[in-house]
Amino acid sequence: MGKVVEKLVYERPKSLTDAHTHYCPGCTHGVSHRLVAEALDELGIRERTIGIAPVGCSVLAYYYFNVDFAEAAHGRAPAMATGMKRANPDRVIFTYQGDGDLAAIGTGEIVHAAGRGENITVIFINNAIYGMTGGQMAPTTLEGQKTTSSPMGRDISIAGHPLKMSELLSTLDGAAYVVRHSLHDVKHIRRARKAILTAFKVQLAGLGFSMVELLSTCCTNWKMDPVESLDWLRDNMVPFYPLGEHKVIDAVKDL
Amino acid sequence: MAKQLWKGNEALAEAAVRAGLVAYFGYPITPQTELLEYLSGRMVRLGRAFLQAESELAAINMVYGAACTGVRTMTSSSSPGISLMQEGLSYMAASEVPVVLVDIMRGGPGLGNIQPSQADYFQVTKTSGHGDFRPLVLAPATVQEAVDLVYEAFDLAEQYRTIVIVVADGNIGQMMEPAEMPPMREINGDRPHWALVGADGRDHRIITSLELGAERLEALNLRLQRKIARVKREQVRWKEDKTDDAEILVVAFGTMGRISTTAAEMAWEKGIRAGVFRPISLFPFPAARLEELSQRVKRILVVEMNAGQMLEDVKLAVGKDYPVEFYGRMGGIVPLPDDVLEAVERVHTEL
Amino acid sequence: MQRSVVFSGFGGQGALFAGQVLTYAAMDAGHHVTWIPSYGPEMRGGVARCTVIVSDDEIGSPVVRHPDVAVVFNNPSMEKFQRELRSGGKLIVNSSMVNVPVERDDITAILVPGNQVAAEMGDVRMTNMVLLGAMLAAEPLVELEAAEQALRDHLPERKQHLVEPNIVVLRRGFRNGTQEQNR
Repeated sequence: MGKVVEKLVYERPKSLTDAHTHYCPGCTHGVSHRLVAEALDELGIRERTIGIAPVGCSVLAYYYFNVDFAEAAHGRAPAMATGMKRANPDRVIFTYQGDGDLAAIGTGEIVHAAGRGENITVIFINNAIYGMTGGQMAPTTLEGQKTTSSPMGRDISIAGHPLKMSELLSTLDGAAYVVRHSLHDVKHIRRARKAILTAFKVQLAGLGFSMVELLSTCCTNWKMDPVESLDWLRDNMVPFYPLGEHKVIDAVKDL
Repeated sequence: MAKQLWKGNEALAEAAVRAGLVAYFGYPITPQTELLEYLSGRMVRLGRAFLQAESELAAINMVYGAACTGVRTMTSSSSPGISLMQEGLSYMAASEVPVVLVDIMRGGPGLGNIQPSQADYFQVTKTSGHGDFRPLVLAPATVQEAVDLVYEAFDLAEQYRTIVIVVADGNIGQMMEPAEMPPMREINGDRPHWALVGADGRDHRIITSLELGAERLEALNLRLQRKIARVKREQVRWKEDKTDDAEILVVAFGTMGRISTTAAEMAWEKGIRAGVFRPISLFPFPAARLEELSQRVKRILVVEMNAGQMLEDVKLAVGKDYPVEFYGRMGGIVPLPDDVLEAVERVHTEL
Repeated sequence: MQRSVVFSGFGGQGALFAGQVLTYAAMDAGHHVTWIPSYGPEMRGGVARCTVIVSDDEIGSPVVRHPDVAVVFNNPSMEKFQRELRSGGKLIVNSSMVNVPVERDDITAILVPGNQVAAEMGDVRMTNMVLLGAMLAAEPLVELEAAEQALRDHLPERKQHLVEPNIVVLRRGFRNGTQEQNR
């Protein structure tokens, strides 16, 4: 019998609290929370970070992050983050926003924050639906996708086209790092983790606006089980929302 | 420091700088734009934060963000811009972060015009956002008073962790008058015990306006109401002129207050004993003193640049049976002293 | 003692600044003062008008119905303030631009060719100083020297080179005003 060596391979990041989340079983919010927390831990910046929660399913994110946190009005998190960062340039400021928050009611705020090159980090959860209010059509809902406010499927002639926010924001000169990743399998989750780390490094280096869009699931409102949801994301969202680095300025490559 | 000639908007801005303003966020709108313009140079040269936002909505939420970190922050706007800021005001009231807002009122409703008006009395004192809250509202009548009030507003905002609105009309914003600036306060790095600065060596802090449990939300509301009650006890302000022997009491605030003092002088020359009661705190409204004075005078005349908004608070103060008359102009028309005199004379003939 | 003076013209004629010089001079001489513009949405070419009050006591209303003195730079201002000037008041008229005749006989009108004088002295943009000088001759609210000092003290740094030419024109306006009064 050889000696038993205990090796800790998995623990809760210091940047998460031990609270039980209210998220539905199978929801990918838990994964993205953890990825953000791991990045804060790894960079050793938890103690000087302030997060901003949106209105949407992650409205209570402040209970789950062991980080100072504020709760914004719907869509206004980038403005609030701007105020915090301008008054406290030495703090790390990030927003955590859903698609309704960032791509509908808060479009003006996110565009101008990116345009100014606001030195903040944005975690953008795109699950193509309004979760908290019960599954209405989002600005990112796919054509033909059924929601409680597009019961026959999103009709482009009525509701117009879904917004591709990473592509849109990557056209702005102030954006330093804008990437899209997906949480539908382990390989992609690992890529997302690395991107989130990079996004915070961009802020620490003072390079300007950074955003990581995360394609996510909503099994409850998509009316699928968790595994079906991940498959649906892979088969439907990934083809429409191309993954990858939409904007990476040269200075980021040197990080 | 000797008195210097100041334009109202610029004086307000400089007083805020001297009060220790760390971060200003705003959006251009006449007739308050000089305030923003002044700070765009002054703040940046001092190494402080200034940003012209993409909208009033963004500006107020930038202020909200800065306020959460416990620094002195403010914005300024005019009537239509304040409408857009109401969302942020409500959130800040619930979150109990201190903030100073300057409102240089113009004619409305809608886009209205850019002339002086007092048509947003209701907006600032009663309806400044959804939910049960009342900002502390201060209304200067001179440039010096505007300077003094905005300087003090930051202390009051912190003392009560509340919104303080300094409200004036375009006249005060645009006019020039000598004023003495208060001393420059040093900004020390100290932050209040509730501020978000990073959870270093302590539990994480949360600033939110969300309270899902009904009992807990009621508890928050009760706390806000207790604070409002304390403000009502401690911050009632007004000014009186010739009230001792008055038979007619003119009640007017801001610009109309000072125009009414000239009208009252003209009235005395005609043998009409008219006094002026000028509320400085619009909320809390100086109801008790007004009630007291109402017993001594025969009639009250409320003069406003609106359709009769403060009038309602006056009537609440003196009771429904008391004879209260009203004279008001709208649309950006500023009544002149002889207009007010005429109204006083009309009331006098009815005595 | 309290006196109200209106300066009124088109935007760009310098009416607002002339009012400010009077206000600074009166403030520096220890008087209570207010300066209030009537402001409009136009950036240029619209009405530019201000009311200055100079008083020994605290000033209530910064606006008046019937000013004691009106300095009118153009015809529309002439029409308005010939009507609104108080009885016994003084009307300083820029006769280079105003051809509306003086019709009231209960006021004192002083006609000065402001643009012409300013142009002769080098720059038509100093019309406002000609008229301010004439106004001070007609209604000596402050000494001429106080207005000169106000120009020196309060013109911004980048305009300091304009102080002396303006003072020369101000004095000339004062002489014109004095001569007109004595006619």
